[in-house]
Amino acid sequence: MKIDSIQNGIVLDHIQAGRSMEIYRLLGLNRLDCSVAIIKNARSTQMGKKDIIKIADRIDINLDVLGFVDPGITVDIIENGELVEKKHVQLPEKLVNVLKCKNPRCITVSEPHLRSEFLLTDREKRVYSCAYCDTRYHR
Amino acid sequence: MRNLLNITDLTTGEIDELITVAEDIIANPEKYQDVCRRKKLATLFFEPSTRTRLSFEAAMLDLGGNVLGFSEASSSSTSKGETVGDTIRVVCGYADIIAMRHPKEGAPYAAAQVATKPIINAGDGGHNHPTQTLTDLLTIHRERGSFENFTIGFCGDLKFGRTVHSLVSALARYTGIHFVFISPEELKLPRYIIDNTLDKQHLSYEETNSLEEAMPRLDMLYMTRVQRERFFNEADYIRLKDTYILDPEKLEAAKPDLCILHPLPRVNEISVEVDNDPRARYFAQAENGKFIRMALIMKLLGLKA
Repeated sequence: MKIDSIQNGIVLDHIQAGRSMEIYRLLGLNRLDCSVAIIKNARSTQMGKKDIIKIADRIDINLDVLGFVDPGITVDIIENGELVEKKHVQLPEKLVNVLKCKNPRCITVSEPHLRSEFLLTDREKRVYSCAYCDTRYHR
Repeated sequence: MRNLLNITDLTTGEIDELITVAEDIIANPEKYQDVCRRKKLATLFFEPSTRTRLSFEAAMLDLGGNVLGFSEASSSSTSKGETVGDTIRVVCGYADIIAMRHPKEGAPYAAAQVATKPIINAGDGGHNHPTQTLTDLLTIHRERGSFENFTIGFCGDLKFGRTVHSLVSALARYTGIHFVFISPEELKLPRYIIDNTLDKQHLSYEETNSLEEAMPRLDMLYMTRVQRERFFNEADYIRLKDTYILDPEKLEAAKPDLCILHPLPRVNEISVEVDNDPRARYFAQAENGKFIRMALIMKLLGLKA
């Protein structure tokens, strides 16, 4: 299968196979006007298979979302068909408006306009806790 | 500006400082009677409470300040659909410091995001109740003289009991304490407290379902109520509510200097016959709540005697 390379834009590479649609949703890529290609199960020497997302525009990417979903993702910035920058993401300390608390007793459930905040409370186990009620969320 | 939303907002040094001030207030109350003159405390109780609200109000009055507020959500604009944030923004224009209780977990955190005056969490659902923890710590300190080298038993609802969770995390900062957790299987201490506090800090603890078996080893016994309001299923509440009842017979096996605590209100878990036993310290504990809240109000307002 052949997907054209992009001239100016962003390539999200080394996504764990099967995670690309979650990233597409969390980053709100459906709202973009430019071309977006999702490649699932691409062959990878490192990972066996991987997903890739190509975005034909230089948009602001929420790196925290990427780090939360998959800290192994790389972000390639393409200008005039050349790779000009490669960014590595990491597990973010704080997630804002990414997750919704599942605790029915949490104030963010009864007042949904409140800004959702989750804090990384266990890096090793990749556990985030709601800043309001401390409900734990395992990634 | 400082808030107190969770007991972990305070360092060990700050807790020690609050206890020192509270003990000085007990010894020299007249020294503190005008510290908060012309200051106002708003007590915003979106959920009913007796002890906590009255002890906050008594604390502010004993500091020479004034109080205003409401004691249930139905007498506030919450009943008209007002958000916590809007209520807090308005009250910040009227008061110098706010103590709030709310049935929703995290409501004080939401309040603190918009507040321009210090917020004290006076209980948010089953989540945190840091001034109860400060009350418990002051009581333990007054009874034992220190926070080191004793065995403390927690008995009853250890799953939903926020006072237990907060006190365990506060005591975990000190050394030489052995914890005994006494509960039915369904109301055991949550796994995350065992993982993140007890095991992580290599603390000494055991879990049992027998109060009688644990009793002879205890220096402190912290009894708790099985709280009807925390159960979604009434049948589970009825089945578990009378699992442990402390009575004079059970106390026969206890140490002569055991100290019995309870955050109150009690229902059946401590027989009224125990009240006259000198080891019963729960009413003294409730009184200590006023003194530690006086110390806390002063600290958050940046005032000294």
